[in-house]
Amino acid sequence: MSDILIVALLFSAVRLATPLLLAALGGLFSERSGIINIALEGLLLAGAFTAATVTHYTGKPWVGLAAAILAGALVALLHGIACIQFKADQVVSGTAINILFLGVPALLSGALFASTGATPQLPREQLIPNLPIAIAFLLVPVTWYVLNRTPFGLRLRAVGENPEAADTAGVKVSRVRYAAVMISGALAAIGGAYLSIGQSSLFARNMSAGRGFIALAALIFGKWRPVQTMLACLLFGFAEALSIQMQGVSQIPVQFIQIVPYVLTIVVLAGFIGHSRAPRALGVPYQEKR
Amino acid sequence: MKLLRELLFPLAAVAAAFVVGAVLILAVGDSPVTTYTLLIGSALTWPDGIGYTLFYATPLIFTGLAVAVAFRCGLLNIGAEGQLYIASFVTAWVGITCAGLPALVLVPLCFLAALAAGGFWGAVPGVLKARFGAHEVITTIMLNFIAIALASYFTQYHYKPPGDALLETVPIGENAHIARLGRFVPGFPERIPLNLAFPLALVTCLLVYLFLWRTRWGYQIRATGANAEAAQYGGIATGRQIVLAMALSGALAGMVGINEVLGYRYRYYDSFSSGYGFTGIAVALLGRNHPVGVILASLLFGALLRGGLFVDIFTEHVSKDLVLVLQGTIILFVAAEAAFRGPFGRRIKGV
Repeated sequence: MSDILIVALLFSAVRLATPLLLAALGGLFSERSGIINIALEGLLLAGAFTAATVTHYTGKPWVGLAAAILAGALVALLHGIACIQFKADQVVSGTAINILFLGVPALLSGALFASTGATPQLPREQLIPNLPIAIAFLLVPVTWYVLNRTPFGLRLRAVGENPEAADTAGVKVSRVRYAAVMISGALAAIGGAYLSIGQSSLFARNMSAGRGFIALAALIFGKWRPVQTMLACLLFGFAEALSIQMQGVSQIPVQFIQIVPYVLTIVVLAGFIGHSRAPRALGVPYQEKR
Repeated sequence: MKLLRELLFPLAAVAAAFVVGAVLILAVGDSPVTTYTLLIGSALTWPDGIGYTLFYATPLIFTGLAVAVAFRCGLLNIGAEGQLYIASFVTAWVGITCAGLPALVLVPLCFLAALAAGGFWGAVPGVLKARFGAHEVITTIMLNFIAIALASYFTQYHYKPPGDALLETVPIGENAHIARLGRFVPGFPERIPLNLAFPLALVTCLLVYLFLWRTRWGYQIRATGANAEAAQYGGIATGRQIVLAMALSGALAGMVGINEVLGYRYRYYDSFSSGYGFTGIAVALLGRNHPVGVILASLLFGALLRGGLFVDIFTEHVSKDLVLVLQGTIILFVAAEAAFRGPFGRRIKGV
């Protein structure tokens, strides 16, 4: 393989890793606070749709991005209310949001633009192909810093590991969890915005195509830590880049490369290579003492 | 009285979801009354509406049962989608490779293939959980993607008819076909794909009920789901129950292959499932993880799938995605019901 091809492959890997990384970092905030977030797929779609629609109407991609962040936080708030206020099963609530936001954006874009669930094509100058990549990779050290060096990060980890102790120490468990879940939605929505107004130039029905779940896999593969999660996203992005590059060229069927992230995740979860330990209070609703 | 209470919350959740849907319909500029009349009305016409409603309900009964059985053991099987894909492909594979066998042998063999393939794909996360502590939610999500990719690979590279533009296998042998109900019901045309898999689904509901509530194995599964530690203390090998429940769950999901391959398309068709595995979660939750509830919820969602197609065509703005909105909202409301039953904390590891 020539050098140019390899460089192109690496660039493509970084681009493909970007939405995964944003969604995975989002998931990291939520899950380190103790709230399972399998709604990343729905959050990506909500972000992608909002970004494309608002950019279409305003002509300004940064307004679209801001709107996507807001939309992502609001959708995540829905998950938060179900899980924190109503103590719903977090996996079930996440599944509900995934189904709901497979439907809502498609329904709305169908109605707004008389289409089969897609938004109109945006002109090239209204796209932001690089900004989300920069945001994604800058967020890795930022997330590390927030998590490990700030009072908020300490509280976040505390409510995810031992909410009783955090509560006794005066931490408002619910408030921290709400904040974490909303950050999670905001970040995942940036990933979604990248899909619609970065990588491509419109929102299409189900355009996330399972990336929310690959992000979840990367988060587990990265042991719920920012840097490792980034490396996992890059690995999975590389696998995707490779499978695109090899389409029709190589003897290896693309399906075998596509399943690499999923197989690796199972292997890691089963403890065959290293062990990935979840935050201790993950998935357990907490009732604050008054 | 108890029955009334059991019915009250699911009905309230459905009603609430229709209200949310109505708001969305109004927002996009259509009339909720017209849309809902179309949605429900088109599912109740004879013979097409009712025929297709029952046809769409059939896979949902299987996946709903699958999710419910796992739930009874305290497990959330998000993998019904992958289990039904693998099972459908293997069913088609047996139907293709053993096409020469007589129907009396081939049909049961294909049934067995569906059950075994689905059961195996379900047992894998069961073993991973019981033996290695890997959480079933994540492993089943991952196994979904692996199943779809594998079936797609074998279809594309080994069983696709040459020159076919669609990603599908060659047809199965005619001896593997199971009859459509049109053959037995007067006035019911055979073009409607409702087939023997539907009565089979109803019988399966009865069998699952008897298994869970009338056998020792069923009791042990439910005891494990109710309180794993207490069950273990009482001498139940909970690890084995987890594997058994997941295998059974997978086998039930796999039965979708009987409806899809042997009764409808007579081949494996890539990405045929419109999320039956995920709708199965909604079905199980709404049906309170009980076989009778599963039938009722499947009929509702089957009707929505049928009516959705008409909403898509005959309304100005609303698309069949409305059905997804209703489905998602129903699950959300049913999930939030936990607050009214007191806290229930499922210990989750590795999500």
